[in-house]
Amino acid sequence: MSIRLLFVIGLAFLLLGCSKDQIKEEEPVEVTDLSANSTASDEDSAQTYGAEDDSGSTFSQLDDPQSPLSVRIIYFEYDSTQISSDYRSAIEAHSIYLQQNPNTFITLEGHADERGSREYNLALGEGRAKAVKQQMLLLGATSNQIRLVSYGEERPASDGHDDVSWQQNRRVEILY
Amino acid sequence: MRIFIKSFLIYFLFVSFQAHAVLDIKITQGIEEPIPIAIAMFGWSQTGRVAPIDIAEIITNDLARSGRFNVMDAQDLPQNPTQFDAISFNDWRKLGMENIVIGNLVLTDSGNYDVSFRLVDIYRKKQIAGFRIPVKPGLLRRVAHQVSDIIFEKLTGIEGAFNTRVAYITVKKNKTKKIHTLYIADADGYNAKMLLESPEPLLSPSWSYDGKKIAYVSFEGKNSSVFIQDISTGARVRVSKFEGINSSPSWSPDGSYLALTLSKDGNTEIYVINLITKSLKRITNHGGIDTEPVWSPDGQKLAFTSNRSGTPQIYEITVSGGKPKRLSFEGTYNARARYSPDGKSITLVHSTGSTYHIAVLALNNGYINILTDGPLDESPSFAPNGSMVIYATTGRRGGQLAAISVDGRIKQRLGLHQGDVREPAWGPFLK
Repeated sequence: MSIRLLFVIGLAFLLLGCSKDQIKEEEPVEVTDLSANSTASDEDSAQTYGAEDDSGSTFSQLDDPQSPLSVRIIYFEYDSTQISSDYRSAIEAHSIYLQQNPNTFITLEGHADERGSREYNLALGEGRAKAVKQQMLLLGATSNQIRLVSYGEERPASDGHDDVSWQQNRRVEILY
Repeated sequence: MRIFIKSFLIYFLFVSFQAHAVLDIKITQGIEEPIPIAIAMFGWSQTGRVAPIDIAEIITNDLARSGRFNVMDAQDLPQNPTQFDAISFNDWRKLGMENIVIGNLVLTDSGNYDVSFRLVDIYRKKQIAGFRIPVKPGLLRRVAHQVSDIIFEKLTGIEGAFNTRVAYITVKKNKTKKIHTLYIADADGYNAKMLLESPEPLLSPSWSYDGKKIAYVSFEGKNSSVFIQDISTGARVRVSKFEGINSSPSWSPDGSYLALTLSKDGNTEIYVINLITKSLKRITNHGGIDTEPVWSPDGQKLAFTSNRSGTPQIYEITVSGGKPKRLSFEGTYNARARYSPDGKSITLVHSTGSTYHIAVLALNNGYINILTDGPLDESPSFAPNGSMVIYATTGRRGGQLAAISVDGRIKQRLGLHQGDVREPAWGPFLK
C-alpha cells in the first residue's frame, strides 16, 4: 500500500510540472510492477529481480502511463510468433531502458490460447517470448537481462472459449 | 490432542477415498444390439455380517458402461442363484436373457477372500467360464474388475480393460487462485488418489509401462520441469530442470529411458534421458518446434510433433537417430500422437481449420479416421486393450473427459462435479 502512495505522490509531482531533473531521489524507490497480471500467484509475482538503479528518472519512466514503457503485453496472431509492427516503439523503449539500466532484469512470459495440444502450445509460447527477446537484443538490451519462461495455455488471461478470449491469451507479458 | 486430530484426519481421508466415485462416468452411446446379460447377487459366506463389497454391482456397472451389454436391473432379477444347480433356466429364457453370471464371495480362514464365479449360457444351459480367485482384502474391487474383464472377453471377443486405472489433472478455482491436482483413479472412477496438488500448472502425466510410476510436468519453481513419482510411495525425483522448457515425458517400454522435450539448446527439441546414468541424448536437430515425443510399443521408434513443414504434423524417427519420416499428410494441424498398444496406429489431435478433433491415423496406409466432433478436443490416449480412446474435451460446462471406441460406436462422458478435468492418461493393465 505504501508503494501506491509513493506512486500517487510521484504523479502529483509530475502534474505540478516539476521537470525530470528536479525530482529528488529522497529514498530508494522500488519499481512498481504495473502490469495487469491476472496470472501472477499470490505469494510472489514473477520473480522481480533487483530493481534499483541510478538514474533519477527511474520512478517516472516505468510508472508513466503515457510512456511506451507502460505497454507490458504484446499480442499475437493464431499459431504465430511474428510481432506486429504496432509494438515496435514499445519494444524499443523497453530495450533502451534495459540498456540504460544494466542492473534491471525482466522476465518475458510467453502464452498461447487453448486450441490444439498443450505441449505444442508450451513451445509456441516460448517461441513468442523468444521473438520478443530477439528484437530487444537487436535494439540494445543484453541477453542476461532477459529471462524467458513459457506457460503455454496453462495461465490464460481469460477463461472463455471464444475468439475474444483466445486473442487475449496469445501474448507475451513483460515483467519487471 | 494432536494424535487424536491426526488419526481423525487419516480416518476421514480413508473414508473419502472409498465412499463414492469421484469421476462420474456415463455411457452416452452404445452399440445397436447390446448383449443381454444378468448378474445375480453374489453369495456371501458370513451370513451374520454385511459383505465388504457388492461384486455383482461392480460387474454390472463395468459391463453397462462398456456400451456393449444390456445388463438387467438388480431389482428385476427373478432369482439370485449362487450355484449352477439353482439356476431356473426357463425363468431366464422367458425374460430373453442369454447369459447369467453367478458367484460367491467367501471369507477364508487366513482372513483373505475367495471370489468364485460362473458365466453361464442360458440357452445351452452350459457354463462358458468359471474361476476361483484368491484375493487379499484391499484388492477386492480389483478382482471384481478382473471378473468383468473375463466376462467381457468371453462374450465380445475383445480384451477387457476394466482392471485398469486412469491418471488425470483437475483444476479448481479457489477464490482468485487455481489449484491443480494430479489424480489416479480406477477406470470406473472409484478410488481416486491424489498424487500431487499445486498452485502452479501441471500437465502431461505419463504412465510407466509397469504401471508403478508416473512422470509429469510441474511448474512449481516458476518454470516447467519434469518429475517422476512412485505411485505407491509418493516419492518423487526431479528428472529435468534445464533452462527453458522441460516437458512432454514419455517412458520407454523397458522403463530405463524417458523421452522429453527440452529447449535448453535454443529451441524445443526431442531428447532421451537415461534414467540410471542421467546421460542425455539429443534426437532432433531442427530450428522450429519439435515436441511431444512418444515411444513406440516395440521400443524402436519415437513419434513426435514438428512444425518443420510449416504447421504441426506427426513425424517418426528411430531411437538411434536419423532422418525423421513424416506420418501425417491430411489436415493443417496434427499433434500429440499416442501409439495404439499393437503399434499399428496412432491417435492424435487433428484439425483442418478451426475445430480440433481426436482422430486415429493408420500407419500402414496413412489414412486418418476422425472420431470426435470437437470443437476443442485434445490429449487422446488408448486404453491398453486398444479398443477405446480417452480424451479431454471442453464444452459449456468446462473441461471434461470423454471416451470413444475406435469404431466410433461407443461414447462415454467422464465428469467431475466441480472444476475442470483434463490431460487423461490411461494406465496399463493391472497385474
